[in-house]
Amino acid sequence: MNASDSDEELYNERSALVPSENPEVPSYRPDPDHSPTEDSDSKTTGFSRRTRPGGGSEREAEPEEEEEEELPLKYGAKHVIMLFIPVTLCMVVVVATIKSVGFYSEKTTQQLIYTPFTEDTPDVGRRLLNSVLNTVIMISVIVVMTILLVVLYKYRCYKFIHGWLILSSLMLLFWFSFMYLGEVFKTYNVAMDYVTVAVLIWNFGAVGMVCIHWKGPLALQQAYLIFISALMALVFIKYLPPWSAWVILAAISVYDLVAVLSPKGPLRMLVETAQERNEPIFPALIYSSAMMWTVTMANPADDQPSETDEEAELSGRRAEPQRRQPGPILEDELEEERGVKLGLGDFIFYSVLVGKAAATGGDWNTTLACFVAILIGLCLTLLLLAIFKKALPALPISITFGLIFYFSTDFLVQPFMDNLVNHQFYI
Amino acid sequence: MTAAVFFGCTFIAFGPAISLFLFTIAREPLRVIFLIAGAFFWLVSLLLASLVWFISVQISNKESASQQKGLLIFGVVLSVLLQETFPAFHEVFKCFFCFFVLVSGLGFGFMSGAFSVVNILADSVGPGTVGIHGDSQHYFLSSAFMTMAIILLHMFWGVIFFDGCEKRRWFVVAAVVVSHLVVSCLTFQNPQYVSSLVPTYIIMLSMGIWAFYTAGGSLRNLKLCLTCKDKDFLLANHRPR
Repeated sequence: MNASDSDEELYNERSALVPSENPEVPSYRPDPDHSPTEDSDSKTTGFSRRTRPGGGSEREAEPEEEEEEELPLKYGAKHVIMLFIPVTLCMVVVVATIKSVGFYSEKTTQQLIYTPFTEDTPDVGRRLLNSVLNTVIMISVIVVMTILLVVLYKYRCYKFIHGWLILSSLMLLFWFSFMYLGEVFKTYNVAMDYVTVAVLIWNFGAVGMVCIHWKGPLALQQAYLIFISALMALVFIKYLPPWSAWVILAAISVYDLVAVLSPKGPLRMLVETAQERNEPIFPALIYSSAMMWTVTMANPADDQPSETDEEAELSGRRAEPQRRQPGPILEDELEEERGVKLGLGDFIFYSVLVGKAAATGGDWNTTLACFVAILIGLCLTLLLLAIFKKALPALPISITFGLIFYFSTDFLVQPFMDNLVNHQFYI
Repeated sequence: MTAAVFFGCTFIAFGPAISLFLFTIAREPLRVIFLIAGAFFWLVSLLLASLVWFISVQISNKESASQQKGLLIFGVVLSVLLQETFPAFHEVFKCFFCFFVLVSGLGFGFMSGAFSVVNILADSVGPGTVGIHGDSQHYFLSSAFMTMAIILLHMFWGVIFFDGCEKRRWFVVAAVVVSHLVVSCLTFQNPQYVSSLVPTYIIMLSMGIWAFYTAGGSLRNLKLCLTCKDKDFLLANHRPR
């Protein structure tokens, strides 16, 4: 099924949070890794997400602010909240869909081509083996894609990458949204004709493409990115076999850690290449919470290739003009306006975890526990970002906490709470 | 069970807490983070208590209902005690944030309330008959009221406990732990709701008054606030953002 191909591509990467170093450095740090989906051969456009956050996160650790203890902490807290809100929204959309639309949580015999081994065996050992094999296949596909991406980026095949990205978002915004809308209508038994649906999907998709790849109000762009991450997460929840999904989540966090932090990791190489070239990040792969990066982008480097100029100009224009003051901008204003960036892959995997907790448990306590665990993990990651000030993977800590809390709540806390609620005991 | 029951119980249980959140916490990012941190620590304490309970259930006689109930009570007491150890860690942060304690107490309360009542609320939306086997008809309503009391109590306990720790007045700390245990043990009398809910509310009111005075409130402040004459309060809330 087509969805399977795109899923692969979709998942591209990681999210790393990259802090901006100092005020002179353009805050819009190109985000190399998240480039276009690695799936070049696949016909479906994968939607690559994630990416590492471009340097947007201004961590409060700017030298000027070190004297004041509270101010940095407040800026840091503001950035954390700027990420909490979209992550929460994405998770809410996924959980609401899972709980109301039965399609995404019903069992299916169709599987992604990346997870060919079936989990329908009664033997536990065999099932475990199959999940591990599925995971190995999936992770190796991702590794291959990432390396392909790095190669493409290094050899400056920007047009190819762009085309790929556009195809991916087309697929997500039109095809997957159409499927989603169809399922929602089926669930609520709404009678609908094709003409109306065509108009709706056309408008939704076209505006989405414009907002994401070109210019648009920041809030609308953020909303679209959140929605497509949620869609992707729903597809994963539906088509990944249960045990494989958990093993994949664990393996992806490990991969994220390795790829971003190890010296030869593809993502790290991507980040470094992008930083050397001082290039802006490709749109549609990361979520960014603020918009001010025009000032530095207004003067793109002279020796940049033409595409980068276009991009720079585009991204420059995309940042809304209300903040655009070509004159000197105070350091702290710049600080205030820069935002934090998180790769869409992170959104997707967080939502997959919470969505699976909602789908398989049927129980709200598990979902809530995973939700809180992921938010705390994100908070810790941002704290580490403030301390280390370099690209960091955002998946490991949150997914680890999420997995620990999922399994422990499901097996330990749930029976305890069930018994308490039966007797109406309160703790 | 209708939408009316669902919405009514949700607002009863979470109304005061959500309004507190909106008016005092939602504006400050740091407070939101501490709210979530409070919720997280409550979860961890619950996890540990459940682990102990689970192990004890596994090694006990599963057939005997009274033994199971006894183990459950033991689990409740243990989890209350564990919950009280976590605020002690907050000592570390006290130098920075004055509102911190209230917020993390509210976080504890939110999580505790949510874990107690969310599944019940979810069930109340679906079809069914309350008390079909002869149980109480007022299950949902009493759960909602109890949850509201618990959430507010956690907040008050947080303030008082923290103040007790700070001033090294251990009898205050002990009083908080004891009252928490008392409230939990009162719930063992459910479904005789009169004997569990009424004392709980009395305890909640007294804890509320105690916390108010601990946090520096007084009748004078209250009067000024209610008649909108408190200049500091007005200035503080109209500060430019």
